[in-house]
Amino acid sequence: MASLARIRPTIQRRLPLVRAIQTAADSSQLREGASHSEPFTVKLHEDSFRGYRTEAPDLDIEVTKEQLLTMYKQMNVVRRMEMAADALYKQKLIRGFCHLAIGQEAVSVGMEHGTTHQDRIISSYRTHPFAVLRGGSIKGLIGELLGRQCGMSHGKGGSMHVFTPAFQGGHGIVGAQVPLGAGLAFAAKYEDKPIATYAMYGDGASNQGQVFESFNMAKLWNLPCVFVCENNKYGMGTSAERSSSNTEYFTRGDKIPGIQANGMDILAVLKAVRHTKDWVVSGKGPILLEFVTYRYGGHSMSDPGTTYRTREEVQRMRSTQDPIRGLQRYIEEWGLASEQDLKTMDKEAKAEVDQAVEEAKQSPLPFEKDLWSDIYAKGTEPPFMRGREREEIHTF
Amino acid sequence: MAGRETRKMNMYQGVRDALSNAMMRDDTAVVFGEDVAFGGVFRCTMGLAEEFGRERVFNTPLTEQGIAGFGIGLAAMGHTAIAEIQFADYIYPAFDQIVNEAAKYRFRSGGQFSAGGLTIRCPSMAVGHGGHYHSQSPEGFFMGGAGLKVRTSIHTGSCLFDIFVQIVIPRSPIQAKGLLLASIRDPNPVIFMEPKVLYRSSVEQVPIDDYELPLGRAETLTPGSDLTLLSWGTPVYHCETALHMLGSPPESLARHVPQSLRSAKVELIDLRTILPWDVETVAESVSRTGRLVVVHEAGRTGGVGAEIGAEIQKRCFLKLNAPVKLVTGWDTPVPMQYEKFYMPDPLRILDAVVETLTY
Repeated sequence: MASLARIRPTIQRRLPLVRAIQTAADSSQLREGASHSEPFTVKLHEDSFRGYRTEAPDLDIEVTKEQLLTMYKQMNVVRRMEMAADALYKQKLIRGFCHLAIGQEAVSVGMEHGTTHQDRIISSYRTHPFAVLRGGSIKGLIGELLGRQCGMSHGKGGSMHVFTPAFQGGHGIVGAQVPLGAGLAFAAKYEDKPIATYAMYGDGASNQGQVFESFNMAKLWNLPCVFVCENNKYGMGTSAERSSSNTEYFTRGDKIPGIQANGMDILAVLKAVRHTKDWVVSGKGPILLEFVTYRYGGHSMSDPGTTYRTREEVQRMRSTQDPIRGLQRYIEEWGLASEQDLKTMDKEAKAEVDQAVEEAKQSPLPFEKDLWSDIYAKGTEPPFMRGREREEIHTF
Repeated sequence: MAGRETRKMNMYQGVRDALSNAMMRDDTAVVFGEDVAFGGVFRCTMGLAEEFGRERVFNTPLTEQGIAGFGIGLAAMGHTAIAEIQFADYIYPAFDQIVNEAAKYRFRSGGQFSAGGLTIRCPSMAVGHGGHYHSQSPEGFFMGGAGLKVRTSIHTGSCLFDIFVQIVIPRSPIQAKGLLLASIRDPNPVIFMEPKVLYRSSVEQVPIDDYELPLGRAETLTPGSDLTLLSWGTPVYHCETALHMLGSPPESLARHVPQSLRSAKVELIDLRTILPWDVETVAESVSRTGRLVVVHEAGRTGGVGAEIGAEIQKRCFLKLNAPVKLVTGWDTPVPMQYEKFYMPDPLRILDAVVETLTY
């Protein structure tokens, strides 16, 4: 196998190249002048999408100045928040497991802008940005990581377990949320709600059997479900090429059509989300959506992220394809805001996160009573339960 | 039963009646599983699709892990999800979904979401010729995997708790209907295992109205003072047969049953809910009788009997007159040709009762 792995890249290079997706973060072009007040149209790079069993979305996308600036601010905030989590973890204030999405901000923020809070998103354990964007707060997120009362799950879940009414979690078992997503979509269909369900997973989870089980059920029952593969190139410490016989994740749905999208350009993400939402809401059944993206950090805090890829690779992605720098370039080049304006926004984002961190740190540890809550539905608890030591008994 | 309208039903009809009652009152209730739309392999869902429509009663692919996950997602949206796993033997691919998702959804989301509306039904236990993959009793795996919730009394000290799929096993049509309705409506997830040999062989006059039987409560079938005999599902009947043999042994067995034991008063208890199991009723009984025999079909090692035995010896140590005795399946695959030797039959139970009474 080792020898095979060595040969493989050479073979691939010799094959005639299929036109590949490009992952530059700043390759979209203005159609006309960018308006400060009216929506205007942007043309995405022609290699922003690929389609499987369906046409790729067209390349025009309508945006507004306000939306671009909001996206810029949100991407900055969630990155600052993840960096704060990184620092708190290294100070040993956050314990347990913690997976950061630095580098993947275009996906979370782009999806937020392409959906409403009636739509459903269920994902894995790299989901801090989603929880905050979809109704949570930074304080609630950081508080959850710190295990404090103000945490989104009252400090009882931790990094992998964050939820809001518009975000169905936050799931720690690789791939296990995907069939749940099929269930969420079924509920929407049963209730005749014109909404989309996004069931998200990574390139690593894409090899889980239950992901294919979910594809099958969704297609069989024509569920309004978008299966989103967030392909950040590495499933834990194994690259996609070394784990997957087919790395074109958007083609893995058999009869389910798929779209591959540049997950580093937030405009391509937004377009793909709008397109897939229209798709499922119009009753065409499920669709796969692969975002080609990149995580700068390791799989989790205990993975330096440099044993299975080179520092140069990470550096190259950071310096040439960063989603935040890409959006920054659009905003500046299209004259929507000055460099100075954006720097001010950066500072505001940092201040906002810093303040939330301080507030979260002030929040006390969970109430002792919360050791006993949310285990059973209210009113169905046993008469009492034993606690951490022999004498500690809680009566319901 | 006095004054209530009843109908003669076997257990699959009792189950079907419960499903129908549940769906009638609750528009969000859906029934799904392999082949359930045309009635299911054991006929538990006969006619439901016609009665309630194919949107509410539908077949799934042969996808156990997917069925469980799908049901959890559906339940998380406030629906009543009633899934069928065609045989309990097929539930293992769904183990992760049940143990890691269903059991913990409420806790890890701080109460924002839960799989409480989920009930997973599955035919369980042996029929006599099912063999390796159609005769297993996997309740013990979930007892360990889902954790243990034990009712306790403050005065008797400690107990354990964890999280939270309940396991229910009925013994008859009346029980099946009442316990299944309670399971479906219980706001916590439940695995409901139906002893498949009883689907047809067990027949009762079942009330046709909508009723529930309490979860987490054992039922004492025969009161007694000399020994507690505890079982659930199919072996409850073998226990009854064994007790008849104890009282009046057939001639071929007479020399094995000492005269002095024939008038022994044995308390027979049907545990009904395996998790959380009714430790108070069992401990109270054993405290009076001083002897406990537990009978279950699953293999012994790591089984439910081992858990019960450990808890009872702790609570009743000074009251016990004999070691807790287990009569179980053997630690082998359920053998196709020798299934009747695998199952705890009346003879093995009788032997255990005699041994425990004469210890």
